[in-house]
Amino acid sequence: MHAIGAGAFAFVTVKWLPPPIEFRARLEAANASADALERYDALAVLADHRLSFLETLQLDTALARVGQPSKSRFETIRLATLSSATIDHLQPPIRVAGLRRRLLIETYTGGLGLQRQELFEATSNLHAFGANAILLSFVAADFISALALGGGRAEADGVIANAVASASALWSKAKGTGAIVIQQSLLDTFPPVFGGFDALASNAPAHLVARLNLALADAAAQAGVLWLDVARASARDGLELWHDPVRWYQGKLEIAPQAAGVYGDLVARLIAAARGKSRKCLVLDLDNTLWGGVIGDDGIEGIELGQGSGVGEAHLALQRYAKTMKERGIVLAVCSKNDATIAEATFRDHPEMLLKREDIAVFTANWQDKATNLRAIAEKLNLGLDSLVFVDDNPAERAHIRQALPEVAVPELPRDPAHYVSCIADAGYFEAVSFTDEDRDRATHYAANINRETLQHQAGDMTTFLKQLEMSVVYGAARPVDISRVTQLINKTNQFNTTTVRRTEDEIKAFAADPANAVLHFRLVDRFGDNGIVSVMVAVPAEGKADALELVNWVMSCRVFGRELEYEALNILVERARARGITTIYADHIKTKKNVVLAGLFERLGFVRDDTTTAPETTRWRLAIDGYAPRSTQIHAKEQA
Amino acid sequence: MTDADILATLTRVLRDLLSDQGIVLARSTARADVPNWDSFAYVNFIVAVEMELGVKFPLGEVESFATVGEIVDAIKALKGS
Repeated sequence: MHAIGAGAFAFVTVKWLPPPIEFRARLEAANASADALERYDALAVLADHRLSFLETLQLDTALARVGQPSKSRFETIRLATLSSATIDHLQPPIRVAGLRRRLLIETYTGGLGLQRQELFEATSNLHAFGANAILLSFVAADFISALALGGGRAEADGVIANAVASASALWSKAKGTGAIVIQQSLLDTFPPVFGGFDALASNAPAHLVARLNLALADAAAQAGVLWLDVARASARDGLELWHDPVRWYQGKLEIAPQAAGVYGDLVARLIAAARGKSRKCLVLDLDNTLWGGVIGDDGIEGIELGQGSGVGEAHLALQRYAKTMKERGIVLAVCSKNDATIAEATFRDHPEMLLKREDIAVFTANWQDKATNLRAIAEKLNLGLDSLVFVDDNPAERAHIRQALPEVAVPELPRDPAHYVSCIADAGYFEAVSFTDEDRDRATHYAANINRETLQHQAGDMTTFLKQLEMSVVYGAARPVDISRVTQLINKTNQFNTTTVRRTEDEIKAFAADPANAVLHFRLVDRFGDNGIVSVMVAVPAEGKADALELVNWVMSCRVFGRELEYEALNILVERARARGITTIYADHIKTKKNVVLAGLFERLGFVRDDTTTAPETTRWRLAIDGYAPRSTQIHAKEQA
Repeated sequence: MTDADILATLTRVLRDLLSDQGIVLARSTARADVPNWDSFAYVNFIVAVEMELGVKFPLGEVESFATVGEIVDAIKALKGS
């Protein structure tokens, strides 16, 4: 994450953010506002800058002084960190990085080295705090200090096994509270003992720390624990920038304050990812971004791309990065001021182009202003502007988009294309907490969607189109293999989401395990392919009512809007409910800024208003099973085998 | 940098850090003289000063500064002026 500063003092920074302009004046202006909501918004905009250590602390103080989280439009997270090192100095940067992602992170730090007591004692401050995220960190010496260098391989194996066992016990206790659990990787701060031979000697500290990190990460993957990889980040930047012996001896600060800004961002991006707030679409400029030079002026032979020139290879590396992102499920788009024909021809005709035209879901090359184009791209992909990352070498375009569309992330690309990829990658816009089949196939889904659009144009009317799609829905109760996709869909969906109540994998597992509940997932297949799991319903026995279910989560991917799937899904739920003797289904509709698509949904489905709720922005609906006649759709329903 | 320059920088950093624009530092000021300048704020202060001025205080000095004047002298020595 890039060192800044010379000589005596180098530090790492959130280099992908633009430097603040008139920080002091803007902070004062934010503080002066009487309205809490406005103050939170203004501070969040400031948080989106490359703040110095001191500015970060100032912003954090201003944030604390607003002190009315319920008056913000941001989600509140309660994060408890249990560590063997001093971590107080890491909390302000975590809170500021949370604000950057429109999260209000309230923090609790456990007693130094008291991970076990905090978790296992029912009356501990941790339990009183009520965390919904718990971060565990250790120093490597916790595990290996007792091991003799002259001991054998078996003793080293024992150390690893013990570490995994004791971490696992803590994780399972932490998960029992319902919180998201995060384990921090171990820093190797040990000096070389033998030298290169450390890697080959079973009991050398460097060897043990490497093994511990691998073993803990494996166990974490099994346990559904997230991984905060400070070891990797510090290896990229240089350990000396992350670990300062002066601060360690002075007060047991394992992570140096000068790395705290980046550390805070790593924590916040992981929590944001778990809450479905990672970005989903990478929008790329063309000239001097995907290739060197200006295609309209230099022509296809004149641009720099690919082998033969260093600059050409650097631009190619950005294409390779984009292609990798596509393979992991990030949607690609192009937004360029260019002649569309010339721009598209480059993708087709330049032999060194790694990105092909079909890799790009939305291709926008025209002379309109880019804010208009970015809005159109988001709309076409059915994504919010806060799902977009816009990469452009031109500082004026970047400044314009930050001003016009503050929700769009705009990395501050360095001048040198050699650093483009690390700037975007280190920003962590696409941080993930899982990698599902759905992610792997997303690009195919977008391509199939283009075929569907073509069919829709040919078919003319809607019914003919739907008929010709030859749709079937495969539905069933969520099985263990479906849990991660089901959770992902609930957490990432913002539009067709009736309650916007987010769930952890453990909660979904618990819902699915209880036969009194119904956790249904729906996979829509048509003649152009499998759309994957595109809708999920979670229904639980309604509180205080016999023979009634309450639909506490219902989400549907925007990709399948307008296919009548909501009707077929309800048909299926009602049929299952009826078989169990259920007489009524209740559902809350909690309005958000993003789920306007749900207006009128429950009425259309045959529900009636039920006036038993006073929750804000909430309407409650009721469906009598007795009078329900299944709605006929163009979807053939099949229960999963 | 003169003593006065350094003192002005230290004052600005501490004011920003503690969000208290009324703080006035003199060579004779000790930590206990300034409200809220606790040990946590002290570590942050040292780090912020190091980053502002591009210096690094040795461990022994960081632990033993009794007055602001001693910090000023240490900075002068580190900057070689």
